[in-house]
Amino acid sequence: MEDFTPISALIGGGLIGLSSAFLLMLSGRVAGVSGMITGLLPPAKGDAAWRLWFLGGLIVGTGLYRVSTGDGVETLVFDATMPMIVIGGLMTGVGTRVGGGCTSGHGVCGIGRASPRSIVATLTFIAAGAAVVYVNRHVLGV
Amino acid sequence: MVRNMIGFGTGILFGLGLAVSHMVDPGKVLGFLDFFGEWDPSLLIVMGVAVAVTFVAYRMAKGRSAPVFAELFQWPTKTAIMDPRLIGGSAVFGAGWGIVGYCPGPGISSLAYFAPQTAVFVIAVVAGSAAAGFIPKARIPVVSGAAAGSSG
Repeated sequence: MEDFTPISALIGGGLIGLSSAFLLMLSGRVAGVSGMITGLLPPAKGDAAWRLWFLGGLIVGTGLYRVSTGDGVETLVFDATMPMIVIGGLMTGVGTRVGGGCTSGHGVCGIGRASPRSIVATLTFIAAGAAVVYVNRHVLGV
Repeated sequence: MVRNMIGFGTGILFGLGLAVSHMVDPGKVLGFLDFFGEWDPSLLIVMGVAVAVTFVAYRMAKGRSAPVFAELFQWPTKTAIMDPRLIGGSAVFGAGWGIVGYCPGPGISSLAYFAPQTAVFVIAVVAGSAAAGFIPKARIPVVSGAAAGSSG
């Protein structure tokens, strides 16, 4: 538990919650990142542009944090090798499209709406992720 | 285009939240998924607080007829739980999440760190999502509630 950072988690979670709340109250949209990616791929509908603005905002928001704190690239710790990142990324793309959401759409917005589907999806992807990490770290010892 | 500006502003808030809470670090996320090791519950706090704020906003939204700058609220209307696509897709995504430590949001937002691994991940996610568009839906006899599409 030595890596536990409850204060920054509280603040960050609050900001993410406010983002999802504002998007819902102002535009009537769900803040689901994988759904935005899908919505930008063909056949993209006429109102697709806001999704690109949101995804650009994600990068700008994290960039603002970097600029204001001087946070370096060494902050990002990768256990996975490049080939595994490709495989994991492909699985993430396929799985979120077929499953209709990711950590933001199902995990934050869906559970926030008390959607049983999103609760099932979130428990499923956390269990699958935990199983992979268990095998990697405690069986294979990577 | 006020809705584009709302998208940009809420995207910035979201990206800031992911960075402040260290969710942009795949190592941090893998620490949460490592329930049988040095478990780091930070992600649970992030998600719990974000869910609580969204829950309040959703209650407020239900009392209104329309959002401030749009004609209608667009949230998913499907309700089937025993849906092979929902469970199968989420399992595949979760396994990918456990391999890398990135989900789509932090993957895109941490492009701001200019790490080559991040760029490769995001390209793979987009390619996977595009490829999944060719997976036929008709083989699985689940009645879809609405054309509103995905929520995530």
